[in-house]
Amino acid sequence: MSIDTRIVDDLVANDIRFVTTVPCKQLAGVIAEIDARDEIYHIPSNKEDEGMGLCAGAFMGGKRPAIIMQNTAIGVTINALATLIQYYRMPLPMIISYRGELREPIACQVEMAVHTKALLAQLHIPTYHFHHQSDVEELDLILKHCFMSSKPVAVLTDANFWGGY
Amino acid sequence: MIRYEVLQNIAPLLRDHLVVCNIGIPSQELHAIDDQPSNFYMLGTMGLASSIGLGLALSQPKTVIAIDGDGSVLTNLGTLPTIANNPAGNFILLIVDNGSYGSTGDQPTYTGKKTSLAKMAEAAGCDRVVECQAEDTGTVLQAAIEAGEMTIIVCKCQSGNVKMPVITMDPVVIRDRFMAAVQA
Repeated sequence: MSIDTRIVDDLVANDIRFVTTVPCKQLAGVIAEIDARDEIYHIPSNKEDEGMGLCAGAFMGGKRPAIIMQNTAIGVTINALATLIQYYRMPLPMIISYRGELREPIACQVEMAVHTKALLAQLHIPTYHFHHQSDVEELDLILKHCFMSSKPVAVLTDANFWGGY
Repeated sequence: MIRYEVLQNIAPLLRDHLVVCNIGIPSQELHAIDDQPSNFYMLGTMGLASSIGLGLALSQPKTVIAIDGDGSVLTNLGTLPTIANNPAGNFILLIVDNGSYGSTGDQPTYTGKKTSLAKMAEAAGCDRVVECQAEDTGTVLQAAIEAGEMTIIVCKCQSGNVKMPVITMDPVVIRDRFMAAVQA
């Protein structure tokens, strides 16, 4: 089974039915898999804070949401996380491509990578870092933890996890 | 006619539907005019009323009316193509376009100058876009509810606010009673 199929299987198994995405090269396979699944309403966003608004609406409408985005998005979503998702206490799994980590070829990506965990920690967002493919084994438990606690939760997936880039 | 008067006029139409109301004075005014559990008041996050409303409309069958402002839509213009390409027949976006940032001191926005949000919505691919004068908002909104087609309403009104108390309700209470209204 591909890692993309495995991730999306876990989303579906946890009743996630509404997924918004902003693309990243590393996430292309997951996004294609999400798009192919009948169980999931896939709604691409133009910006990640817009996506968080969509997810908040879906959650209040009774559907479990998730957002797929790049770590650079942390820079544009802090307000939406603090004053919408956290303030109204909503769950939101964030599957994030962690650009700028080991095996990253583009230097500029490192500039946000060095702030990513610090920003998530400052926001008190439970954060998990997938570095080896076997780390995906924890995804199911992370998703359950997210909906149990009604919090945004970050899963950072780096280039090594995706098998190089 | 200013936003407060528009909200007063349409309040009897709003109370039977799910409403997502824009941050700041619009929410304070609606809360003061006719507080309902079926109103979701945004206390933060300028710009996302239309996105929250669309996500809600796509996830359940009841009619959703998102009350937004020209300034807020301008901060989240990407919402228009997303709305256009994910049509929900139960979604109405009512943009109260007073050409100003009402909650921050009525500084002018570009919609009071050369920019047309109705034309931008059409260019984004929204099929049913209606621009109306403030006095006609109730008639246009009623028609949109009955049409069962996704509609963007741009209501042109005058700039100005009515001083209302800040909403002190806990956000989780707002969200919880709103979700109960969604399920009811």
